[in-house]
Amino acid sequence: MTEVPTAVLEVTDLATHFHTARGIVRAVDGVSFSIEPGQTLGIVGESGSGKSVLARTIIRILTRDGSATVTGRIALDGRDLLTLSETDMRDVRGKDIAMVFQNPMSSLNPVKRIGTQIGEVLTRHLGLRGRAAQIRSVELLASVGISLPAERLNHYPHQLSGGMRQRVAIAIAIACEPKLLIADEPTTALDVTIQAQILDLLRRQQRAHNMAMILISHDLGMVAAHTDLVGVMYAGQMVERAPTRSLFHGCHMPYTRALIRSAPKLSDPPHTRLRAISGGPPDMLQPAIGCRFGPRCDYATDMCRSYKPALSAADADGTHLYACWHPLVAGRILP
Amino acid sequence: MKPDELLSVENLSATYRLPHGRKLSAVANISFSIHKGETLGLVGESGCGKSTVGRSIMQLPPPTGGTVIFEGRDLASLGGEALRRARMRLHMIFQDPVSSLNPRRKVRDIVAEPMAIAGVVTAPERVRRVRIALAAVSLDPDRVMDRRPHEFSGGQCQRIAIARALIMEPQLVICDEPVSALDVSVRAQILNLLEDMKARYCLALLFISHDLAVVKNISDRVAVMYLGQFCELAPSARLYQAPLHPYTAALIAAIPVMDPDRRPAAPPLLAGELPSPMNPPSGCRFRTRCPRAAAHCEELEPAWREAEPGHFVACHFPLRPAR
Repeated sequence: MTEVPTAVLEVTDLATHFHTARGIVRAVDGVSFSIEPGQTLGIVGESGSGKSVLARTIIRILTRDGSATVTGRIALDGRDLLTLSETDMRDVRGKDIAMVFQNPMSSLNPVKRIGTQIGEVLTRHLGLRGRAAQIRSVELLASVGISLPAERLNHYPHQLSGGMRQRVAIAIAIACEPKLLIADEPTTALDVTIQAQILDLLRRQQRAHNMAMILISHDLGMVAAHTDLVGVMYAGQMVERAPTRSLFHGCHMPYTRALIRSAPKLSDPPHTRLRAISGGPPDMLQPAIGCRFGPRCDYATDMCRSYKPALSAADADGTHLYACWHPLVAGRILP
Repeated sequence: MKPDELLSVENLSATYRLPHGRKLSAVANISFSIHKGETLGLVGESGCGKSTVGRSIMQLPPPTGGTVIFEGRDLASLGGEALRRARMRLHMIFQDPVSSLNPRRKVRDIVAEPMAIAGVVTAPERVRRVRIALAAVSLDPDRVMDRRPHEFSGGQCQRIAIARALIMEPQLVICDEPVSALDVSVRAQILNLLEDMKARYCLALLFISHDLAVVKNISDRVAVMYLGQFCELAPSARLYQAPLHPYTAALIAAIPVMDPDRRPAAPPLLAGELPSPMNPPSGCRFRTRCPRAAAHCEELEPAWREAEPGHFVACHFPLRPAR
């Protein structure tokens, strides 16, 4: 008998709304998914689709000026994070859930030495101090591939290259062996060769600790290569969710196919005409009624312009879900 | 200079002086040419000097060594009015479309500005040309002319920047990472637009980018740069199909392909990071990261040579033997 894997993170009907002077922005609007230990969920979508707000909602680092309201459920090992007090949440953040950002300087303190910053996490969550904290810090820096780790402890972030700073940010994120690591565009600011190194590092750390990971990216190639599951976001909603292979071999939502097709491919000869998606990203203050991708979709009908499509299962076990009135099947539109 | 050559760059160098008598060699001895109507792609990692090449051609600032011959004249020897006139045939598009447009001016004035500086045409004629240029980049002149940049998305701002670059009907447009700040769906629109404009105005492009897939799509020929020097230059299809330089091969291998059945090489082919351009390695600058490096590479800088017709490389141990 095989053991039924239990999700480490279960997000149910999550919504994050910002109340602005110009109206309500539904940045995340009814998103559900779950991740098991050791799994990587990729989240793709264009800028403004709500990817980063989703991450920030899960780790609860949205603005605290009252402009954001969050509803739904975020269960980490069965415990709903949305019901925790800020004090309790501080014990979760950095320990059970950690985050790596696009710009490592946004998480590193520019006026503190690297060693001090790693030490703070070790002291706060694991109670390590002095010599013990220092030994562990050196181990962590070595494990993320930083040469001469003991010397690096005395350096400031500005003395390191962008790739090295991201390695330090990862070292801090994995210091307490979190159950879930959220990486928000972790390599977007880095060169392609350094990007490959960082992704390789994240994958090895994930394997070593059986960590669950959310990898947010706009780069579909990276998501295809480094994830087990993919969620495609459009205008705050998850419009398709599937195992990575299933998604890239047969997506059902026209937006997903349009995204995949619009990227230039190395396998195509030079001057291949790209299939651009017409129009621009949606206006989040006034998203389209019905299907939000409708105004840019080649297949939209009156149905799409009037009613919002619900998530439906494409397969018997319900792992491949899509929200579309006219899904693609084997690359064709069903009548 | 051959008859169909639009731009010929010989031994271009850009060296910056730093405090304490140190020098930074951002670009060292680069030679290449661009033909009429051709797109030359220029790829490399950040800090390799690719943007400096673009700026040196524009004489912003002038390079510290070498010649830049554009339409038969050495731009470095020109100054003042003559340089300004030559630059009318040469334009630039930048990565961040929003910050390259003056936020306080209306679109009609932004696009008309090159004509205003040149002082070439009457006011009604300027308006007529602005309308044509905006329509060419698929913007509705009636709806956009009296609006300001902040009212537009990044993709639309890049269209405005392209309209401005084309208003004087230049021969060469230098595009410095023109689609890097754009979303993938909008990126395809702008790349298609650049191809259309190239055909319509018979433009040559120098297309600078770190994205190898984008560069392959738009370029006729591609040059690969590392630490201020060219490693390899070849027709686009040839370079990607059969690279000669180990750096080119590693760059191509590092690009994630959109295929869930192909997992990336682990560990990655290229270890380490770009060395400091203030203190570049002796001999071949790539040798500190090169899987094929030998003692020879440390002692002698590899010569820039034509390994096969139209395919140039600077490497002692290219991936395939020279014919």
